[in-house]
Amino acid sequence: MSTADAVAGVLWTGVTAYAVFGGADFGAGFWSLAAGGGVHGRRARDLVDWAIGPVWEANHVWLIFVLVVLWTAFPTAFEAIFSTLFIPLSLAALGIVLRGAGFAFHKTARRLEGRGVAERLFGVSSLLTPFFLGTVVGAVASGRVPLGNAAGDPVTSWLNPLSLVVGALFVATSAYLAAVFLVSDARRAGVPDLEESFRVRALGAALVAGALAAAGLVVLHADARYVYDGLTHEGLPLVILSALCGLAVPWLLRRPGARGARAFAVAAVVAVIWGWGVAQYPYLLPEVLTVADGGGASATLTSVLIVFGVAVVLVVPSIALLFTLTQRSLVEEGERPL
Amino acid sequence: MWLPDALPLASNLEAARSQMAFTLGFHIVLASLGVAFPAMMLVANYRGLRHDDADALLLARRWSKVVAVTFAVGAVTGTVLSFEFGLLWPAFTGRFGEVFGVLFAIEGIFFFLEAIFVAIYIFGWRRLAPWTHFWAGVPIVITGLGGAFSVVAVNSWMNQPQGFSPTSGDVTKVQPLKVIFNPAVPYEVPHMILAAYLVTGFLVASVYAVGMLRGRRDRYHRLGLLIPLTIAAIATPIQFAVGDTAARAIAKDQPVKFAGMECVQQTATHVTEYIYGRCTSSGVKGGIGIPGFDSFLVGFSTDTQVTGLDSVPPDDRPPDNTMLHWAFDTMVGICTALIALGLWLGFAWWRRRDIPQTPWFLRVTAVSGVAAVVALEAGWIVTEVGRQPWIVNDVMRTEDAVTKADGIWVTFGLVVALYVALGVTLVATLRAMSRRWRAADESETEVPYGPPDAVPAGVSAGGAP
Repeated sequence: MSTADAVAGVLWTGVTAYAVFGGADFGAGFWSLAAGGGVHGRRARDLVDWAIGPVWEANHVWLIFVLVVLWTAFPTAFEAIFSTLFIPLSLAALGIVLRGAGFAFHKTARRLEGRGVAERLFGVSSLLTPFFLGTVVGAVASGRVPLGNAAGDPVTSWLNPLSLVVGALFVATSAYLAAVFLVSDARRAGVPDLEESFRVRALGAALVAGALAAAGLVVLHADARYVYDGLTHEGLPLVILSALCGLAVPWLLRRPGARGARAFAVAAVVAVIWGWGVAQYPYLLPEVLTVADGGGASATLTSVLIVFGVAVVLVVPSIALLFTLTQRSLVEEGERPL
Repeated sequence: MWLPDALPLASNLEAARSQMAFTLGFHIVLASLGVAFPAMMLVANYRGLRHDDADALLLARRWSKVVAVTFAVGAVTGTVLSFEFGLLWPAFTGRFGEVFGVLFAIEGIFFFLEAIFVAIYIFGWRRLAPWTHFWAGVPIVITGLGGAFSVVAVNSWMNQPQGFSPTSGDVTKVQPLKVIFNPAVPYEVPHMILAAYLVTGFLVASVYAVGMLRGRRDRYHRLGLLIPLTIAAIATPIQFAVGDTAARAIAKDQPVKFAGMECVQQTATHVTEYIYGRCTSSGVKGGIGIPGFDSFLVGFSTDTQVTGLDSVPPDDRPPDNTMLHWAFDTMVGICTALIALGLWLGFAWWRRRDIPQTPWFLRVTAVSGVAAVVALEAGWIVTEVGRQPWIVNDVMRTEDAVTKADGIWVTFGLVVALYVALGVTLVATLRAMSRRWRAADESETEVPYGPPDAVPAGVSAGGAP
């Protein structure tokens, strides 16, 4: 394995972490939006706030991590993606601003209407950002991003069936992950009725995400043959693993009070992301740019690996500390949802 | 430049530069708060615990809520900047990402740790043991400094690029350590970190000065003024010395930038230092001229030769000369005035162990926050506009770095609307928090530490994130 391959692995690790942690956060925003009005809706939103409050900031640092590793290690790919996909990436950035602002302000907005506006912003942008990031992934997978400064089509590169399906799949997967997480959070908060309602939602989201994943395979077959072939050959074991884990989640959630669904939900997402990575290898941009050709200067790649090593040593224990303190409720929002 | 259809590329350059300047100018204030405010919060926290000072502890607790809000907004505006590396300047990042990127990777670690410990500190007030909680705040200060170093070192590298080859065409070889420790780092990094402490100190102090002018002269307000103002008063003279060193270094390393800052048209000795005035090709019109002083400032002798703008072709000179010159003079002028404010405080403290009694002291302190922010923005105009037309000094032109994608004027318009709303909401939110706290002061006392049962109901209901 070359240094460039190792750095690509680092990049993919960041993508995976963002998909799982950032995805669960986006999904929580989705459920906050879908919670509806009335007392039940209010309490569901309070649970979402309470669950993601201490961790949401750290969860989104993974995106910065991915961007930085991409432009440092594979600058030409970064240039190609960000210039051709100017529109969806601008919209994703817009969603990130609205989402962060909505989340930062909704707790401090005393007046109800202000709080309602902030919450809706948070919810709607939680849909926009993963959707547009999904269209970007679809554009890359289908080879619509040529090298150079804005060399690809600014519109059809991301406004095509594959991009739209992947965008929808990202939203559904986020909602699915979040619902599974919120089942555990509701249990931790001691609110059995919300635990039950998120269990039902998790089942529904699992069905939608599964259906979209199947639809995605069909579109991939038609539109992104390289990745499709990879997923059905080299990546097949991981795809099967993902499907099995994905099926285990609804099986575990079929009865109230079941445990262990969280680990399988995460495993399903991780497995499919790595299956995708294996399918796309050795390409960074399928059939346009390989990892080896796209890699920056060797000293830079080595530096990225060193920095990543330091990050593992420093950041992983710190995240573990934060999550442990949160799970033990030593670090928490002011009030538990009632 | 106002006819985007006629000149698409020139228009893209103007739009991209405007958007970058606007978003960076917005983020830099929040970033400064993010770097320096946690330190002041911890000073108050330490005082509160060490001296059993309930006022200091209450300040620390409330400041941490302000840190939470500004950090969240700063994280968002910072994310936008990292998108803009690709959305606005893809050719720059495509060519040099592998050179300067490692610094951002290092910054990523610092930012990650900062986000984690900010969360632990902010959400840990009730359940963590007091000193454990204090120590959970210390990494925020350290990572803030590290993050500032990494980001500003990238800007330093754009001013003093080195550590890569070849200098034209695709980069094939990178020496990361030469990139990280480029020659502009020793003055630019401390200059920015001190600016962060200075801006935060005066800004926070100005809030309490306004409160005292409105008659709230209790110990809580005096302490809220004194802690940040003392830190800022210490930072300001050091900043003046660092800035002076930086200006001399720029006169040597980026002489054309310096010529633009000082409106020096022809290379000469005995160059006059102009305070303000209008820059024209035939010299400075208006303004106050001090003969020979510019030469003296550069080399401690009026015989010192100062490089003029005529040393390079017109295409290689920075634009908007008068604005650049005014920005430089404004920054230096405000810093000088803030030193005087610090001396005033220091003198009164030395004589009477108290802040000056006259309302004029409070009035001046009340405007010092805005003045410090103006100086900060002026400083960034100096370094960014002064480097033009280059994005990487003498290596890559800004016009060659900009995206060829359409629609930048649209995103610029959106960004302005969005950020104005963001800024207004942020200020309104902070003011609402302050009003709520004032109301809480009149009803009951907050208890920061203690078992959850002992926490009065009002505390968590008023809780910011």
